[in-house]
Order: sequence, then structure tokens, then C-alpha cells
Amino acid sequence: MDWAGLLGWVSIGLGDLDLIKFLFFQFGAVDFRSDPNSLSPVSVFPIRGLDWIRLCIAMNYIIGAFKPACHISFTFFDGKSRKQVPSKKENGQTLMVPLFQSQENIVGKISIEPVSGKKVEHNGIKVELLGQIEMYFDKGNFYDFTSLVRELDVPGELYERKTYPFEFSTVEMPYETYNGVNVRLRYVLKVTINRGYAGSIVEDQDFVVRNYTPPPSINNSIKMEVGIEDCLHIEFEYNKSKYHLKDVIIGKIYFLLVRIKLKNMDLEIRRRESTGSGANTHVETETLAKFELMDGAPVRGESIPIRLFLSPYELTPTYQNINNKFSVKYYLNLVLVDEEDRRYFKQQEITMFRLAETS
Amino acid sequence: MIAGVAEDEEKWLSAGITGLQQNAFYMHRALDSNNLKDALKYSAQMLSELRTSRLSPHKYYELYMRAFDELRKLEMFFKEETNRGCSIVELYELVQHAGNILPRLYLLCTVGSVYIRSKEAPAKDVLKDLIEMCRGIQHPVRGLFLRSYLSQVSRDKLPDIGSEYEGDADTAMDAVEFVLQNFTEMNKLWVRMQHQGPARDKEKREKERSELRDLVGKNLHVLSQIEGVDLDMYRETVLPRVLEQVVNCKDEIAQYYLMDCVIQVFPDEYHLQTLETLLGACPQLQPSVDIKTVLAGLMERLSNYAASSAEVLPTFFQVEAFAKLNIAIGKVIEAQDDMPIYGAVTLYASLLTFTLHVHPDRLDYVDQILGACVKKLSGKGKLDDSKATKQIVALLSAPLEKYKDIDTALKLSNYPHVMEYLDNGTNKEMSNVIIQSIMKNRTCISTAEKVEALFELIKGLIKDIDENLQDELDEEDFKEEQNSVARLIQMLYTDDTEEMMKIIHTVRKHILTGGPKRLPFTVPPFAFSALKLVRRLQSQNENVSGEEVAATPKDIFQILMQTIEALSSVPVPELALRLYLQCAEAANDSDLEPVAYEFFTQAYILYEEEISDSKAQVTSIHLIIGTLQRMHVFGVENKDTLTHKATGYSSKLLKKPDQCRAVYACSHLFWLDEHNDMKDGERVMLCLKRALRIANAAQQMANATRGSSGSVVLFIEILNKYLYFYEKGVSQITIDLIQSLIELVKQEMSGENTTPEPATDAFFASTLRYIQFQKDKGGVVAEKYKPIKV
Repeated sequence: MDWAGLLGWVSIGLGDLDLIKFLFFQFGAVDFRSDPNSLSPVSVFPIRGLDWIRLCIAMNYIIGAFKPACHISFTFFDGKSRKQVPSKKENGQTLMVPLFQSQENIVGKISIEPVSGKKVEHNGIKVELLGQIEMYFDKGNFYDFTSLVRELDVPGELYERKTYPFEFSTVEMPYETYNGVNVRLRYVLKVTINRGYAGSIVEDQDFVVRNYTPPPSINNSIKMEVGIEDCLHIEFEYNKSKYHLKDVIIGKIYFLLVRIKLKNMDLEIRRRESTGSGANTHVETETLAKFELMDGAPVRGESIPIRLFLSPYELTPTYQNINNKFSVKYYLNLVLVDEEDRRYFKQQEITMFRLAETS
Repeated sequence: MIAGVAEDEEKWLSAGITGLQQNAFYMHRALDSNNLKDALKYSAQMLSELRTSRLSPHKYYELYMRAFDELRKLEMFFKEETNRGCSIVELYELVQHAGNILPRLYLLCTVGSVYIRSKEAPAKDVLKDLIEMCRGIQHPVRGLFLRSYLSQVSRDKLPDIGSEYEGDADTAMDAVEFVLQNFTEMNKLWVRMQHQGPARDKEKREKERSELRDLVGKNLHVLSQIEGVDLDMYRETVLPRVLEQVVNCKDEIAQYYLMDCVIQVFPDEYHLQTLETLLGACPQLQPSVDIKTVLAGLMERLSNYAASSAEVLPTFFQVEAFAKLNIAIGKVIEAQDDMPIYGAVTLYASLLTFTLHVHPDRLDYVDQILGACVKKLSGKGKLDDSKATKQIVALLSAPLEKYKDIDTALKLSNYPHVMEYLDNGTNKEMSNVIIQSIMKNRTCISTAEKVEALFELIKGLIKDIDENLQDELDEEDFKEEQNSVARLIQMLYTDDTEEMMKIIHTVRKHILTGGPKRLPFTVPPFAFSALKLVRRLQSQNENVSGEEVAATPKDIFQILMQTIEALSSVPVPELALRLYLQCAEAANDSDLEPVAYEFFTQAYILYEEEISDSKAQVTSIHLIIGTLQRMHVFGVENKDTLTHKATGYSSKLLKKPDQCRAVYACSHLFWLDEHNDMKDGERVMLCLKRALRIANAAQQMANATRGSSGSVVLFIEILNKYLYFYEKGVSQITIDLIQSLIELVKQEMSGENTTPEPATDAFFASTLRYIQFQKDKGGVVAEKYKPIKV
């Protein structure tokens, strides 16, 4: 089933992720107090713009300027059986690329064919496997946390199509491919035909890494009583604190005291991406899902069920301090709205993890 | 302003419909091209129209019905989709991805229906999930409609016994549980409506709520249709749970409606068997609930049930239906302090109807009810509440109608007490009803005791209850009502003379309290009733003589004398005179000369002292003469006195013609065919001659005053008298006399100044024809007539 495609009518009936961002921009973000047991009314401030989309377009232009002298293609050893997943390119196009996980062997062939009988002189050919982190405020500056090199050819000349096998065995790829708001983590096979002053010929092949986690042995439910004194008192419960990406959040909200006229109640899934460190830390929060739980005003004693399927949303596992560069955290935000459109909310962190697909 | 709101609402509705139709159009297209993704998307958008808060329930319903129709199509599509291999479980999850809860839940219910039908999961589990998820809608109107949708799509899919979705052992219980839960939640939402929004809209809100009530009540109907709900389950689960909800919701409108619903949808038999539980809930309802209508409905149902077949009656006895109802009503009345009197009376009236149907033999029950009613009414004085009065009349009429026998009502000691609380007008009305009932059923009231009770009952008619309050009743009504009392007096009858005597005493006692206005109506029937007894005693005495008789005619005559005397206060001398004469005649038949004489004396006194109107005098004198003529008990002396007086009166009448007629009538007093000692031709002749003289005088007077000779009719009349006595053989009447009178008449009629009078001519002609006829008859009579020349 095409989960991602369904998102269109799932979330707010408006559009995809960008639209959610748009809405988010419109409504403003929310500030929450440090006191974990209090629901706070809203204060609104605008979010920074989404300028990286424009940057992507510029990149595209630069790449298009080069005319390759030869054609380079990658073939993976198990290319036919290996799972392909969509990956969003910098130019906005979505390509199907192979999927790997850590400790796998990455084996294949690279064939290089000079353009129609032209001779290509070179100072050596190499293939690199790179794990890179790119911060968007520092565009084009890649930080390689993994870098493996295989020499494919000694300096010489290429007259015709030539195929080089390559192999990276049990590659350590601890981090997953990630496309965030301010940061990107990518894996790439990069072939370089070193030509000195003429300029090297470089060809990339992206691939996606996803790492699977076994179900946690301890997975407590989240249960909490919150409220505003003499005004609103609720108790909520989510069945787990750790969810896999295709999980279902089951829970309930129990109203202990209701003195305000509520209009509705939503459960939001929010992603908090923090990049940089120290004084340069930048935090970006996105609302990925807005799921209405209740319509109308409950009275004391009502209990409202929660059942939220996570599969339609584009979630990733929780990333904790990836190479000291960034973190991605997930939150469940319970939002109650009263008739005057005041919002009362309580945010709880949940851990997301990727469960090996059984199929 | 109001019109503006309505207009706006109309606008919102049409906008909603447009939106709905648009999305439905795209949905249809998706359905036609088997595009599940789009179908879900557009159906969710379509259902989003139902999220509106702007429409009143009435308008919302319109929108809902359109969505409902579309959802039927979607359901078909889901079904086909599963046939095509789409997993229903997956579909069930898929629809839950919708971000908005209302469309999500409508879709979930729709898929849920297909899910149950697929039997991939037990109906019970799917239903349980659906009903749980529906909690998300806390908005009353939207919640009610959603749950109503759930109820609608699940109706034919309950895991009922015998259903294709039947589950394990407790299957019916699961079905019941589901419906009960939906009912409970819907009722909560419905009740909550009352408390939301500003107080000034209360009326509007109540109207809206009443528009929605059937959505809630439908659940009870569904419950009643579940096969698995047998008596035990009804008693153990269904009823207690429903009542718990009804009582706990503490809402007037809901309690009234739902109690009524429970009573109407479940079978009578169940009610009978769970009467205690059902009734137990009643005193716990809000004081403002119109419980009387509810209970009245219940009792009516039970009454009809009892009436439907005799076989069910033992059950009524077995469960002590009456006692339970009686206790419950008592408690309800106690609990609802401010229940209007008419409410309480209505309850009692219903209970009474019930009792009459179910326990027609238990008069004590009826009396008990009336007693309770009296207790409730006591200390409140006369009722001025017309509704209450109406109910009391119904209450009191019911036993009469049922038993068709006033006897029964008279046995009810509390009956008159209840009547006391009616205002005078109604009291009379009620009394009339009682009398009508007696008349209709021709019931004889045969003991003095009952008569006493009856008079106690209808005393509104018998006397002025409140002296100060002059009745504004119009004459006509009064007459009618007193006439019916008069008829009633005739119905107080027994063959037992001794008892009858007592009855007469009783009746007399009561009618004498009636005052001058009533006496003229009541005394005559009483007198005749008494005289009837006299005659009966008479015939009895002939049969059994020598025995000591308690009631003697003499006593009765004494009573009559006193009673008739009472009329003098009215005064209606003519009536009294007639009655005296009647009594005199009866006394004559009983051979009681002094009594008869006394009556005559009274009659004469009245004539002399009270009757002054000449017309009345004429009538009276003729009555006197007529009666006197039939008297045979008088000795010569008495007879002479009375006769003398009568003739005296006759000749003193004012108008000559009247005098003349009275005088010739007196002639009959001296000639009685059957008494040989009463044949005094002399005096007959004397009377007739005198009459003739008066006739002459009348003629002359007419001549003198008007210039025309008066009517000859008097002469013809006298001629007829002549002929009569002639035939009887009065020797003083001779042919000559007759002949000369005929001549006189002829002469007068042919006289110059005579104005022809057809009637007189005809009279004379027929007199002559009679003579001729007698002549032609032959025999002795003809011989006698022969000499008369015509």
C-alpha cells in the first residue's frame, strides 16, 4: 500500500508535508514551559523560512554546466534482488535507489565508457564510499564521517568501455540516511577519474541506509495526569513510550474535571530536529501529523479513545546525537482547543525505532 | 432577527448540500473507476460537511440523510472491494487514517458493517470497537447522528440468537450490551444538549431536543426486537440498565420520553413481570416529570392486555399488579410534592380503570383508590382546577360504567367523599351522570340505606349546597336536572312494603330539604310513589288480613299531608290541589273517609285562599268536581257539604261561560250510575236549569256589550248534558225540555245578529246527527229518542 500517497487526505485534507509546514507557519509554533505538569496557553512566533528549497535549484544549475567526457554506471552485485527505496534528490526529483544496512557488503561493478571513441587520459581511478553530513546553513560543505577508498586503476588511458569490480565488506554504517529541515545525512559511492588540470570526472551513486532495531525489552506506557487548577484536569495514557515506524498509538484521555468549554482535541506528532552544538544549536520543529481525537465538549468522567496509525506518516527513527552534528526527536503533543480558540497542550517525547520488516 | 437566523440557516444548509454533492460526485467517479484512494479521500471530504455546528437538528438531519444515502453506495463499494481481494482488515485500518474524527468514524462504521458481514471477525468484537471509537464525538448533535448511523448499520448485524452473526454462548448478551451502551451514550449526549448554550435559548433548545428524541428512543426499539431478550434477560439486564440510565440522567424531558418509550416498546407480559422494578423507578424521577401520563399509559396498556384475553388474568393476580401499582402511585405522589392535584387524580383514575378491568370483583380495591384520592384531596377544599375536576368526574364515572349498577357505587364508602371536593356545578353534573346511569340501566334502589347513600351522593341536586351562592344556572337546566331527580324518585322501589315505607321516609326527609324551587318537581313523584305503596298495601291487606302491618295507609297519608303542605311555601297551590285530590282519591279507595275529607278540605282551602286566577280556578273546579264525583266513601253529610261547596264555587266563577260549564258539570255530582243512592234527578235538573239561565245571561250580556248575540255553544253543550241524563233515565228531563232547547238553539243560530261559527254549527249538527243515530238504532234507546223532532 502506498502509505505516503495516502498522506494527502490523511493529515488535514490539504496536501503533503510541505503543506503541513505551511500550515504550521501560518498558525505559528507553540512555546511550552518547562514545568512538565502544566498545560500552557499559546504564545506565537514565526518560523524561519524554507530557503533551502531555493538553494537546491541553484545546485541543479551548476551540475548541469558540466558535460561529461565519459559515461559511468554502477551495477550492484545483488542489484536485482535488493530492495529499492525512493530517495529525494537535491533537485527535487525522486529516484529509486538501493537500500543497505550497516555491516553489509557493498559489492558491484563500475563500468566506464568514454564518449564515442574519445580517449580519456587519467591519473588513476578510485571509488569512495562516503557517509556525509551536510548542514544547510553551511551548504556544500560536507562532513564525512565515513570514508572508504578502493583504487580501481593505475594512471593510464581509457579507449573503450572498461568494467571494474569493487567491494566494500562489512561496512560500518551506523547512521541512517536522513533528509531533514536543516541537515542531510547521505551515503554515496563516488567514482573519481583523476585528470589533473583537466578536471576530474566524478560520478555519484546514492544509496540509502536503514538500520533495524529489535523491539525494546522495556517499553513502558506513558501515563500522566495534567491540568490547570480548578479548570481542566485530565489523565492521558499512551500504551508505549517507544514505537516502531508502522506502529499504532493506542491510548485514552480521561477527563477528571472540565470547567472550560472545549471544542476539540487533537493529537499531533512533532519532529524536533536540532543541529549544531553549543551556542550554535538550532532547533527546528515540524508537525508531521495532526489527528483529531475528539469533537465537541466532554463532561467529567468521559474517556476518549486514541488510535493513531503511524504508517501514513513519513517518520524516521529517533536519532540521538548523530556524530555530534544533529539529533532528531519525536513528540506526541496533545492539544485541547476551547471555544475561544485557546489551546492547551501537553507534549511527551516518544522514541521511534525501525523494526525489521518481517515480510 | 429570528427570520434572519432561519434564512442564514437555509443558506448554510444549501452550502452544505452543495459541498456534499460535489464531493459525492468525485466519490462516485472514484467508485466507478475502482480508485480506492480517491474514494476515501472524497468520501472523507464529503463527510466533512457534517462537521458543521451551524444547523439546527432539523436541518442537520436533512444533510445527514443525504450523506447516509451516499454512504450506502460507499458500503457497496467496500463490499465489492473485499470481493476483489482487498483485505477487509486493511480497509478497516485504512479508513482510520483520516485526520478528522467525524468523517473517520462514519467511514469506520461503514467499513465495520462490511467487516461484520465478511465474518472475518466476530460481530461482537467489531461492534465493541465501533462503539468505543464513537466516544470521540462529544458534540451532542453530531454524536447523536453518528451513533444513530451506527445503530442503523448494525441493526441487522447484531449477534442475536438465530442471526447469522450469532456468536458463542453469551451472544444475545453481547448484542444487548452493544445496544444498551449505544443507548446510554446517546442519552447522555441528548441530555447534555440541555446544558449547553445560553439560558435564554432554553425553549429553542428543548424544541430541538424533542426533534432528536426518536434517535435515542430507537435504541429501545432495537432492544425490544432482539430475539435473545427473553423475560429473564429483560428482568436481569435490560430493564435495570435502561432504568438506571433514565433515573441517573436527571433530565425531565429524557425521563418522560424514555419511560414512555420503555412502556410502549416492550411487551405487556414483560411489564407485568417486572412491574416492581419499573414502578420502583418512578418515584426517583425528577419532580417535574409528567409521571402521571407515563403511568397512565402503563396502566392503560396493562388494562388492554388484561382485556385482551382471560388467560393472562391469573398472572395479574400472581404478581399482585394492583398492590404494586397502588403503592407506586402513592410513592410517586409523595415524591412529587408539587404535582398538581389533577395529576394525582389522573393517576388514581388510571389505576381505577386498570382495577375495573383486571379485578372487576374487587370492590374493596376501588374503594381503596377512592380513599387514597380523598386523602390526597383532603384539606384542600373545593377544587377550582377544571382539569382536576374533569379527572374526578372520570374517576367517579368509571365504576358506574363498569358495573352498570349504582348499587355497587353506593357500597363504596369513599365515593361521596370524593364528590364533596367537586365544585357545585360539577357536583351536579356528576349527580346527573349517576342518575342517567340508574335510568339507563333501570336499576331499582331497593333499600332505605342505599337510598340514603344515593341522596348523600346527589345532594347537589337535592338541595342548595351553598346558601350564599345563588346559582346562576339557567331555568332550563335547572328544570332538566330536577326532572331527572323526579325520575330518579320513581326508581326508588322495592316490593317489600316495609322497606318501601322506610324508603319513603328517607326520600321525604331529603326532598323536604330542597327548598321552594325544587319541591314542585320532587313532591309529585314522591306523592305518587307513596300512593303506589298505599295501593299495594291495600291489595296486600285483602290477601293477608289480620296480620300486624308496620306500614299502614294511614301513616302514609299523614306523611303525604305534611309533605304537600310543604308546597304551600313555594307556593304552587294548583299543584298542591291536584296532589290533595289525588290523595283524597287514594284515601277513598282505602275507605278512609276522614282522611279523604281532610284532603278535600285542604284542597278547598287552597282553592279559596290561594287560587285567585280565574283560569286556574276553572281548571281547579273541574278537577274538584271530577274527583268528588268519583268519591264514594263519604257519608251523606260530608258529601253534601263538599258538593254544596263545589257547586257554590262553580256559580261564583268570574266569566259566565265558565260559570255555566262548571255548573252543568256539577250536575254529575248528583247522579252516579253505579250508586243507586246517588241518583237525585231533582238536583241534576236544578243544576242544568241554572246552567241554562247562566247561558241566557251570557247571551244577553254579549248582546248588550257587543251588539251581537254570543255564541250558542253553551246551549248546545247543555243540550248534550240533557241528552246524556235523558239517556240515563233522569225522569226530570223531558222530551219537551229537550225539544224546546233544540228549538232555542236553532232560533239563535238563524238569528239576524248571529255571526256564523263553523265550529258551533258542526257541533250542533253532530249533536243532531247523534239524536238521529240513536233514533235509527232501534231498541229501547230508539224508543226513547223517537219523540224528539230534529
